[in-house]
Amino acid sequence: MKVLVPIKRVIDYNVKVRVKPDNSDVDLTNVKMAINPFCEIAVEEAVRLKEAGTATEIVAVSIGDKKCQEQLRTALALGADRAIQIETEETLDSLNIAKLLQKIVDEEQPGLVILGKQSIDSDNNQTGQMLAALTGMAQGTFASEVKVDGDKVNVTREVDGGLQTVALNLPAIVTTDLRLNEPRYAKLPDIMKAKRKPLDVKAAGDFGIDLSPRATLLKVAPPAERSAGVVVESVDELVEKLKNEAKVIS
Amino acid sequence: MAILVYVEHDNSELKADTLKTVAAAQAIGGDIDLLVAGHNCQAVVDAAATVSGVNKVLVADNAAYEHQLAENVSALVLELAGDYEHILSTALSVGKNFMPRVAALLDVAQVSDIIGVESADTFVRPIYAGNAIATVQSLDTKKVITVRATAFDAVATDGSAEVVALSNATDAGISAHVSDELTESERPDLGAASVVISGGRGMQNGDNFKLLEGIADKLGAAIGASRAAVDAGFVPNDMQVGQTGKIVAPDLYIAVGISGAIQHLAGMKDSKIIVAINKDPEAPIFQVADYGLVADLFDTLPELESKL
Repeated sequence: MKVLVPIKRVIDYNVKVRVKPDNSDVDLTNVKMAINPFCEIAVEEAVRLKEAGTATEIVAVSIGDKKCQEQLRTALALGADRAIQIETEETLDSLNIAKLLQKIVDEEQPGLVILGKQSIDSDNNQTGQMLAALTGMAQGTFASEVKVDGDKVNVTREVDGGLQTVALNLPAIVTTDLRLNEPRYAKLPDIMKAKRKPLDVKAAGDFGIDLSPRATLLKVAPPAERSAGVVVESVDELVEKLKNEAKVIS
Repeated sequence: MAILVYVEHDNSELKADTLKTVAAAQAIGGDIDLLVAGHNCQAVVDAAATVSGVNKVLVADNAAYEHQLAENVSALVLELAGDYEHILSTALSVGKNFMPRVAALLDVAQVSDIIGVESADTFVRPIYAGNAIATVQSLDTKKVITVRATAFDAVATDGSAEVVALSNATDAGISAHVSDELTESERPDLGAASVVISGGRGMQNGDNFKLLEGIADKLGAAIGASRAAVDAGFVPNDMQVGQTGKIVAPDLYIAVGISGAIQHLAGMKDSKIIVAINKDPEAPIFQVADYGLVADLFDTLPELESKL
């Protein structure tokens, strides 16, 4: 079974985000970038499926400018077999990303597509579900366990009250939650080997999809600051303040 | 203009956050209908009919919707979508799961997790884990929106809306429910509790979370955890408060042994009053806390419990 893993280049999760002074967007100049953490979990899950003999080939795909090849090389170093970059200079909406991915699904015919549940920049949490809708596939979102069983995959999902397990017909879409696995670190020989693995570049404009934006970003502002309060000296003082000053307990 | 609001429920209870999503719908403006999709969910329908400011409650009570599988519910909403310009759902696990599917089937974008309504097509939403706040204008004719409930005040429940039974019964037949493993708890739901007490890596292990229980019982609080505590295996993930877990905004939030990583703050910084208990005076949590106590939690928690 072939596994397709779409990944995204985003700001490194340890970097403090700054808004541009003109409030047009977040300032990403000279900021450290990385593979989106949930996408990294997706790559790891695909690699584990291959190690278990379930997956036969892992194809990583990313949509963006030339720089996202760095993240594709990371995926190759972690164990993906080959990579596809869909080149565009534009920042595309999730729906347009899903439409491009649909074309790749049509070409590659994967048995399973594993994506991160959301990217830590736009925080949309929608590309996987949209891809599932466009391809007519079943979806197992927010996965904490993935078990392929014949022509079905059982996905245990993180839901509000606990866990839910669903059985999906293959091919299917899975989006990863944090506890699905703990991604490995790429070893130096694997990083070297990754440089020689195939990486195809396709132009986003060649797919015949209208990629015009669906929304206009009017403004980006920093969040309202919350100012530090007081340091209390004792539990007694804390309880007294909560009762009489904040009035949140009785 | 008409607005369809999807009701979050578990076939027996209407989730209170739905009342806040209706408030977001009112801010957009227009006739509001509710949709209850489930099975044997009459109690939810009864509760939905009392939601203030609602025109009709549409009810799709069928085995196909019992577990609100995304494949089936999105098909149902698509069948109804023609009558509505806005389709809203709460950004809880059911809505987050099926709504983008609806958007893609309608060939529109989804505006996720809104915290403000500027106009019928312009919305405010957090990005970068709440470290930036974006104002976006949707260019689509139909708007598919998920709502961060903590940003809106619940509407009243003094209405009496007309209930309309639907005969829709689409089963896409590509997915099936296998099992639920829900955390049993006598305590209020994290998302709905007016008091939340959370433990972090400083709790050292899962057993020590018992120290929070006595306090939670006295305050009627829900118990949460930081991602660090979840990652360390102290407690299950459904207790996680943060960017990657639940977003809460209770009247009182008590953070115990939590340093205050950006990703945790993203999940609780809209709480009315924040208390931080941590032995490290430099911990970033103190920068957002209304009341900070620099102390060892193993001394503090038993004392706090005895004095409440």
